[in-house]
Amino acid sequence: MTTIFGIPLAAFLGQLLIGLINGSFYAMLSLGLAVIFGLLRVINFAHGAQYMLGAFVALLLLQYLGVDYWLALIIAPLVVGLFGALIERTMLSRLYDLDPLYGLLFTFGLALAIEGTFRYLYGAAGQPYSVPPALAGGTNLGFMFLPNYRGWVVAVSLVTCLGTWLLIEKTRLGAYLRAATENTVLVQAFGINVPLLLTFTYGLGAALAAFAGVLAAPIYQVSPLMGTNLIIVVFAVVVVGGMGSILGAVVTGYMLGLAEGLTKVFYPEASNIVVFVIMAVVLLVRPAGLFGKDA
Amino acid sequence: MADLTATPTEAKSIARLEWLLVAIGIVGLLAAPFFLYPIFLMQIMCFALFACAFNLLLGYTGLLSFGHAAFFGGAAYFCAHAVKVWGWPPEAGILLGTAGAAVLGLVMGFFAIRRQGIYFAMITLALAQMFFFFCVQAPFTRGEDGIQGVPRGFLFGLIDLSRPLGIYYVVLGIFLIGVFAIWRIVNSPFGMILRSIRENENRAISLGYSIANYKLAAFVMSAALAGLAGATKAIVFQFATLTDVTWQMSGEVILMTLLGGIGTMVGPMVGAAFIVTLQNTLATSGFPVTIATGVIFMACVLLFRRGIVGEIYARLLGGSKS
Repeated sequence: MTTIFGIPLAAFLGQLLIGLINGSFYAMLSLGLAVIFGLLRVINFAHGAQYMLGAFVALLLLQYLGVDYWLALIIAPLVVGLFGALIERTMLSRLYDLDPLYGLLFTFGLALAIEGTFRYLYGAAGQPYSVPPALAGGTNLGFMFLPNYRGWVVAVSLVTCLGTWLLIEKTRLGAYLRAATENTVLVQAFGINVPLLLTFTYGLGAALAAFAGVLAAPIYQVSPLMGTNLIIVVFAVVVVGGMGSILGAVVTGYMLGLAEGLTKVFYPEASNIVVFVIMAVVLLVRPAGLFGKDA
Repeated sequence: MADLTATPTEAKSIARLEWLLVAIGIVGLLAAPFFLYPIFLMQIMCFALFACAFNLLLGYTGLLSFGHAAFFGGAAYFCAHAVKVWGWPPEAGILLGTAGAAVLGLVMGFFAIRRQGIYFAMITLALAQMFFFFCVQAPFTRGEDGIQGVPRGFLFGLIDLSRPLGIYYVVLGIFLIGVFAIWRIVNSPFGMILRSIRENENRAISLGYSIANYKLAAFVMSAALAGLAGATKAIVFQFATLTDVTWQMSGEVILMTLLGGIGTMVGPMVGAAFIVTLQNTLATSGFPVTIATGVIFMACVLLFRRGIVGEIYARLLGGSKS
């Protein structure tokens, strides 16, 4: 059997693939956080809960209405996005004039309330969500065996990240968003409905999280706590990358996912904490983050 | 968080009011174990001290730490291990827990003060989560079981802590010492500099203060006092578990402080008493505590950011603040 650094090649590549999958979720979630933070100056602690909501909506759609994975991939983000927009309109929008920390505290409370509700209704244990038939099985790449669904997740997350980046950098709507980030008052003076733009952005962020949640459902079990444990790691990712650029958030997400996968190969005990260790090192060397502009 | 704090003249009348409350509070606490369940009261005092220590950082220095569970729960582990495995007396265990939390605070603070505001909150949260994973894997914490059956022993070899009143008055003593320490810190020249950092960091820098050192010092003190509370809790309840190092615990102490009133001496205590009572009530009702906690959090942020005590002060002062 081929080995690399004394480790079987298949095992090495397997861990690297898991790292890449985790990295895909880090990238998608930190992307959503960066989009929301860019315009609203709110750290969305409820991002993990919205990710969990996405997975749960998909699961419940399947259980009660027989809606399959492909349709859930569209419906769940819409539902969660609308829910996010509603929260923003009725509550979060009242906090913009205050210290940004209040936004963090509010969304933290929101996350607790959502998670608590789902834990109360469905218990803490994870529930399986089966891989859609079209993506079942795997492909032999010659050097390793790739489960089709995992390949799909990596591809879709890349497309999503690229799509969101294009939306923000290349479209008219994106130009409004970026302009509003730079100078809200001026953009409003040009007759653009900024409050609506803010609502849309929060809804978009929540929908992105829910989309990632549906993608995650067949890989990880659907459980009420799946989001928050993940979001803390994503916070570390965001600190490493800096929230200055969307591309930075995405690249950092994939990098840290891979770093985690590599750690699992060479020193499994540290795989839970490696992202945090990298964060600490980056804080020492470059406090503003790898791609950050603000300190 | 600067918009919630009192001006100097208001601070003076608040201080007078607080002295009165302190006097009533001490008499009440001395008499309380004869009327209420002592374990419940000690739980409140441990969390009240924890919240006050947290408030030293948030209310008086303007730094929101999302990782204070690491100090509270970490100290509980250190203390429980020293007392149970090494056979140390309780006072030495509590001191070790406090010192351990201070060291932990020094390390975490060293990294966290490099960033401000929201980033500070996220970094402390991440570092505390790292400590949580350490506690999950380290053999001395005994994983999911935690350290159980910690003997209470004799304080200074004299006071029998297995007697309910014995331990109650010791915990009361520790609580009062801790709160007094915080009060002294806040009202010292050092505390004034902390407040100036909270009010206007750039101005404090331009006045020549090396604010990084002040922030770090405040962080370590806050961590040590949170550790004192956690170590005491380990002696009272005779165990140390993972619950105390989770991010939920960090959130809980934030809620206690926010609910009671950020930047007031009494507020965090009121908030702690409220939340602990609520948790004990809900524990028997079957309604999940997390939902209640989350909703109270949202309500606090949306409706009364001054907190219970802060709102009362504002009313008493004739609503001179906007």
